[in-house]
Amino acid sequence: MKITVCIGSSCHVKGSREVVETFKRLIEEKGVQDKVELGGTFCLGSCRDGVCLEIDGQIYSVTPDTAENFFNSEVLKKI
Amino acid sequence: MRKFDTKVQHLKYQVLKEVAKEAWDDTLLRNFLNIPKIIVPGDEPTMRCCINKERAILAERVKMAMGGNRENPNNIEVLPMACDKCPASGYEVVADSCRNCLAHSCEESCKFGAVYFDRDHRAHIDKDKCKNCGQCAQSCSFSAIVKRERPCMKACKVKAISAEGGKSASIDNSKCIQCGACVYKCPFGAITDKSYILNVIDMLKKSAQGKGRVYAVVAPAIYSQFKHAKLGQVVAGLKALGFHTVVEAALGGDMVALKESRELSEKGFLTTSCCPAFVSYIKSQVPDMLPYVSHNFSPMVEMSKFIKQTDSEARVVFIGPCTAKKGEAKLEASKPYVDEVLTFEELQALFDSRDIELEKLPEDVLDNASYYGRIFARSGGVSEAAAQALREQNIDFEAKPLVCNGIEECMKALLVASKKLKAGQMPEYNFIEGMACLGGCINGAGCLTHSEVKNKMEVDKYGKEAMEKSIKDAVDAVVI
Repeated sequence: MKITVCIGSSCHVKGSREVVETFKRLIEEKGVQDKVELGGTFCLGSCRDGVCLEIDGQIYSVTPDTAENFFNSEVLKKI
Repeated sequence: MRKFDTKVQHLKYQVLKEVAKEAWDDTLLRNFLNIPKIIVPGDEPTMRCCINKERAILAERVKMAMGGNRENPNNIEVLPMACDKCPASGYEVVADSCRNCLAHSCEESCKFGAVYFDRDHRAHIDKDKCKNCGQCAQSCSFSAIVKRERPCMKACKVKAISAEGGKSASIDNSKCIQCGACVYKCPFGAITDKSYILNVIDMLKKSAQGKGRVYAVVAPAIYSQFKHAKLGQVVAGLKALGFHTVVEAALGGDMVALKESRELSEKGFLTTSCCPAFVSYIKSQVPDMLPYVSHNFSPMVEMSKFIKQTDSEARVVFIGPCTAKKGEAKLEASKPYVDEVLTFEELQALFDSRDIELEKLPEDVLDNASYYGRIFARSGGVSEAAAQALREQNIDFEAKPLVCNGIEECMKALLVASKKLKAGQMPEYNFIEGMACLGGCINGAGCLTHSEVKNKMEVDKYGKEAMEKSIKDAVDAVVI
């Protein structure tokens, strides 16, 4: 699975860096390095929401606070 | 609020705007010959001796706005018809001002015996003897001696412009560094930069049909421009034009700072490579300094390359204050990454061709780079960033920069450094920061407004507003 996190200005100021760090930590903790690939892109076109990310063509919105829950519920479930 | 410094800029803008309007409507090929008449519609001339000449010159400007002469690789071109063939005769006595005095201080001051007097005791200068030292002009109590110099030639410090036999200015492409100093300084607008605005419109149109995503990479010098609106509104305006998103070239500056500082510590002596006019000068005039030029990309190319790594559908347009970037983007090394270059002047025309009123738009965000990436825009900034990058990477190496502000300082420094290095001596500095424009990019030829001091303050302020306080934090946030 590929998770593409928006790293553009709008998401950057909303904490994309923390979201990426959380995902990186969780990928390692859960030992799913070979199943989840993390990437970045400059805009996913939903700037008004929180930090945007894309999984399999679908756009999601998270915050640094909800990133861990999102990973556990949405990402782990699908791999 | 006035958007431009000069009426020449405004004229160029009008032409670009009309060309862009027709291009958006797909009517350019049918209507481009009518554009001069749209700009000067009346029967009376507004700028030149007659309306026909005005329109003929405007037709030349339209050509430049449409990409100019493709046979000529230089992005800066003379419009011979627009050139007023300004006098370039050097020191001359102004007949009305010479008081025919007794002191003859002009004659006394001239070491070359070039000043002589006619029967009315009026001073004259013998051109064959005159060495253009200017002593006579300084000595005259009536300021009756002036230097007749073409503004373009005065602006061109690399001496690429000639005007032999009183003809129109002509540019020696082998010497021209495409800095655009002559473009901004010619009072007749007779030297101008070719525009690729049509390519950008084409990319935006294709993108609207689902072919590719166009990214705007904006230079940090943008902060002191478009003062009739907020920077966030400029970002919103770019998106309204159809750009997918806007990315700071300054973030590329942060990336370059990390790499270039490492390169400096490894090689021990380096010159910057971010100013294309500076690099171009080294290539043509001081080639023995080429091995010392940083092998890193400029922030423009670095950022564009990074964007293309994150999105295979990306097309990149760099928007900045620089005419030389138009040349840099065409180099083999940059071509795969930078698709087109626009100046701030051209961007203003593009906004207005779509009736986008920036001041009415909501504010968008532009915040990826650090203070250090942003101050690349002004003289001294790259040196500060390199020193900071060494500290942040815990590299035990002291950068001893020589900040060269403007191409004249660069020329002197390169000459001295090349002599010393050839003789096996190490200069007292190890890092030459070269910026062809006085003050740095903030004073580039493609700026809407030029002010070294004000624009520097603005860019420093913009730097301090950055969310990321260190270079590494800014880069780590995007490198996943």
